[in-house]
Amino acid sequence: MRFGVVVFPGSNCDHDTFHVLKEVCSQEAFYLWHKDHDLKNADCVVLPGGFSYGDYLRSGAIARFSPLMQELQEFVQKGGLVLGICNGFQVLLELGLLPGAMLRNKNLKFLCEHVHLKIENDQTPFTNMGKKDQVLRIPIAHFDGNYYASPDTIEELITNDQIVFRYADEKGQITEEANVNGSRENIAGLINKQNNVLGMMPHPERASEALLGSEDGRIIFESIIQHLVRL
Amino acid sequence: MKIRVLVSYKDSVLDPQGQTVRNALLTMGYDFVKDVRQGKVFEIEMGALPEEKIKQIIPELADKVLANPIIEKFTWEIID
Repeated sequence: MRFGVVVFPGSNCDHDTFHVLKEVCSQEAFYLWHKDHDLKNADCVVLPGGFSYGDYLRSGAIARFSPLMQELQEFVQKGGLVLGICNGFQVLLELGLLPGAMLRNKNLKFLCEHVHLKIENDQTPFTNMGKKDQVLRIPIAHFDGNYYASPDTIEELITNDQIVFRYADEKGQITEEANVNGSRENIAGLINKQNNVLGMMPHPERASEALLGSEDGRIIFESIIQHLVRL
Repeated sequence: MKIRVLVSYKDSVLDPQGQTVRNALLTMGYDFVKDVRQGKVFEIEMGALPEEKIKQIIPELADKVLANPIIEKFTWEIID
């Protein structure tokens, strides 16, 4: 399968993501420069983590105006798969491809640590290799990951089963303590209504090899591959 | 012409940075401080435009770029 990894000025997880797709998952992977107007026939586009445009204005706010984002919007409308990781999630929110916004973490600290996530919805192209209620151990690394949306939007997310990952303890219990950044409803990852755009704050590309302490993140990449193979 | 745009969190959104500043002020003994909300200031130098056009353009660009309407609100004024 063909995976395009978008590179913005300030992206810094692009190489990790590329490495996992190409070397660990044995897929065709290539970079997509944000100023181009070509997605190079990608089956799935990944917006990687990092600090696009130095997080100036708001995280993800300037990347939204990159030329390639026009093609991305059209790709999404046609049903193309898009995965936004960390800063990629923030860009998807600013683009309006996912609802809500990010606030600074509740404790005002940059958080860089392993967390536990509970899979809330395994019926997505990004989680079909996992099981509902399964607990994954994947690291986070962000300053602005405190997910916010209006009560109406939150209700809609719950009704439509759009919350895909929640911060949990290692037993899968959704607690306030596990909610490290203060996100509404412990939201760590969510999907759009059309089920083809996923944003998540944790970094699956940093947890895809045993050598790095966890392989749980591979579930996300293997799910995408599985979904594309079935098409 | 110079425009000043003030962007801050909506009242319904918690502002932990503002709260931290408030706590610092209270620690220093300024115990009359009730609340602090932190925001951003943009000063925009504009070319010659009729005032009517400015009234239309500034809210538009504040809404599209300077503020994220999901969490933020803005006010603006002509300062020069």
